[in-house]
Amino acid sequence: MAFRKFAYILSATLFVGTIVVLVARGGPRMGVDFTGGTLIEAKLTPNEPADKVRAALDNAGFRQAELQNVGATGDYLFRLQQTSKEDPFVLIKNAIQKEMPGTEVVLMRAESVGPKIGKELRSKAIWAVLLALGGILVYVGLRYEFIFAVGAVISLFHDVIITLGVMTFLGREFTLTVLAALLTIAGYSINDTIVVFDRIREQSRLLRRESLKDVIDLSVNQTLSRTILTSFTVILTVLALLIFGGEVIRDFALCMFIGVFFGTYSSTYVASALALDIHGPAAKGMRR
Amino acid sequence: MYKNLKWKALLTVIITAVSIYYLVPSFRLYSQNATQRAALPTEDITKLRDKSVKLGLDLQGGMHLVLEVDKTGLKEKEAEDAVDRAIEVVRNRVDQFGVAEPLIQKQGANRIVVQLPGLLDPQRAKALIGQTAKLEFVLVSTPDETKDLVNRLDAVVAQRVPAVRDTAKYPYFDPEKPISSRMLTIEFGGVFFGEEDAPDVEKFLTEAGADSALPIDSRLAWSAETEYFQGRPGKVLYFLKTKPELTGSEIATARVGINLDPDKPNSPGVSLTMTRAGSSIFSRVTGANIGKQLAIVLDGKVRSAPVIRTKIPRGEASITGNFTDKEAADLSIVLRAGALPAPLSVVEERTVGPSLGQDSISKGVTAALIGSLFVIGFMCIYYRLSGILAIFAMVLNVWYLLAALAALHGTLTLPGIAGIVLTIGMSVDANVLIFERIREELRTGKTVARSIEFGYERAFRTILDSNVTTLISSAVLFQFGTGPIKGFALTLSIGLIANMFTAVFVTKLIYDAMVSRRRLESLSI
Repeated sequence: MAFRKFAYILSATLFVGTIVVLVARGGPRMGVDFTGGTLIEAKLTPNEPADKVRAALDNAGFRQAELQNVGATGDYLFRLQQTSKEDPFVLIKNAIQKEMPGTEVVLMRAESVGPKIGKELRSKAIWAVLLALGGILVYVGLRYEFIFAVGAVISLFHDVIITLGVMTFLGREFTLTVLAALLTIAGYSINDTIVVFDRIREQSRLLRRESLKDVIDLSVNQTLSRTILTSFTVILTVLALLIFGGEVIRDFALCMFIGVFFGTYSSTYVASALALDIHGPAAKGMRR
Repeated sequence: MYKNLKWKALLTVIITAVSIYYLVPSFRLYSQNATQRAALPTEDITKLRDKSVKLGLDLQGGMHLVLEVDKTGLKEKEAEDAVDRAIEVVRNRVDQFGVAEPLIQKQGANRIVVQLPGLLDPQRAKALIGQTAKLEFVLVSTPDETKDLVNRLDAVVAQRVPAVRDTAKYPYFDPEKPISSRMLTIEFGGVFFGEEDAPDVEKFLTEAGADSALPIDSRLAWSAETEYFQGRPGKVLYFLKTKPELTGSEIATARVGINLDPDKPNSPGVSLTMTRAGSSIFSRVTGANIGKQLAIVLDGKVRSAPVIRTKIPRGEASITGNFTDKEAADLSIVLRAGALPAPLSVVEERTVGPSLGQDSISKGVTAALIGSLFVIGFMCIYYRLSGILAIFAMVLNVWYLLAALAALHGTLTLPGIAGIVLTIGMSVDANVLIFERIREELRTGKTVARSIEFGYERAFRTILDSNVTTLISSAVLFQFGTGPIKGFALTLSIGLIANMFTAVFVTKLIYDAMVSRRRLESLSI
């Protein structure tokens, strides 16, 4: 646990950095799922340069529309603030074809969320995160000492927030899929913590004379390799998703990648350190 | 210690056999290409589809709509079953539109979810579903009444809308007579405004709350399409009687017809046939109002307002306009299916085009294969023979996962594929934990058999606990998520449960089988 101070400083820095990034950018960059609005992906054949498409939209009065080129094959993402009564894809298609006749515009996907639904999804998302963390807290609390569960959940919260911060820093959008990734990280990143806790429980039964600090130190060291190995196998598959999974799933994969990375670090250095410190120096042995 | 081996092996064989049984239809269905599928009788295909893993809208392309029923303006009694009636109407329309396996269901108190897989023209379907299709036959005020009402509107707008006095912005409007100063003519009961003025007039009338200033038996309605007066394009404002003489509920059938409007030959329209009761009302109304105009009003817009020349005994009418063939066909569908009891608004839409769906499948499969290759490579290098055992368990894990998806009639979505890819990475975790433990036991000098026994026993709790925590968060996701996310939560959950069996039970069985045959001096781990 000599690393404890170092881990705390690093985590605190990351955490504060995350808060700074989040505040500076006015919270995570919410996708249409949570803000309401319209997202359209369309393929233009032949491919037209972005500034031409931009100009076509401007001429048609779509000044608030955000335009983003995805991939090199004429795929464009259009973000519109509001949902209109008329079909936004038809409006965009007409605007483009008016300026560039002969261009074929094919709808890849459209996501349109009304402001009311956006608000509902936002509160649902918050509830989902709280419920998941709460559920894990209760389960781990039942299976291990409650103090350990608190340490584990604090470190989970740390993982989720930092992942969110990094995603925001990279300018990625917070969507339902990213929420799914965050919850999965919450469920998965605690696995390493459990491996360590299990070992602590086993060792403290064997080594009754050692202090809790020594037991935790020993346990973390003994399980370090498997903690890294298990995360590594998941990182491998997440990498495959990130590279080959395509645009739609990219944010999910990226979020998982960041989350698993920080999750491994936090289970090793943060969770058990927290458990020790919350536990306080008074406690020598452990129940069970 | 090894006496139960046979039974355990038998259990594994049975489970595997069952999983093969459930997966065969999916493999048969998805291994065929479109032409092979077309060659099979539809019945067989339907059967096969029922038993196969279903693809989500994000993979096969399609549209997911959430519609909200706008109950404002409904009486309390009407509001009660408005959603159910709206669902009926929507279902009728979708059925007539012809979509395979649509899903239409109520969500919450006043929402309807509509899922239309494999749709080629989502815009058209949306227009078809969302149109209120409230059809009315309404008498139009006479020219004299109309003149009167225009004067009244002049006064109301001049008084209530200060903007009309802004001569800089509206130089052509007479502040005292904002409406009549811009009208071009009154033709029968219709007031014609040029294209350039019509939007301003409409805005002024709305701001002034003109409808409330009219006598109780009158209301305003605009023409649905651009009309022409002496070659000038514009819109026509009508003063209609409040109470319709006849509504869409008296329509028996609606058909696409051609040559319905002598002015527009060859352009399609919709011809209507009324019910028997409707015919007699129509005959009475036309008989009593010869010389007056009867407006055909669809969703508050006047489609046409012909003058009644003679009593019409047969209940027949038509709706004409600048329709394309498709629009006329869709209008006839909505009129046949009936009007919605209240307007619907789209509050959520998720549409995936068929090409993106196909692309997502191939990319998802590529990612899954490459992800497995990474894991396989790593496990083989790091754990050698035991690694191969873990890979076998992983493959079995994914196999069972797919079989369970087919058995539970689950839907595979793109996030669902991501769930499978994650399962591949997580499923070997259990084996990593076990193998590391066995290595540790071997280092303390225990025999191979005992090390295996201890390794499994001690790693089991950890594996159980870690799988349960992931299950907790995927259960929450399943509860809160929308379609594609639910698919993710489902595959991940099944994957983790199957993992307890494949990574722990099956691999242990194989080790036991190896150890029980002969004494192993060393273990490839």
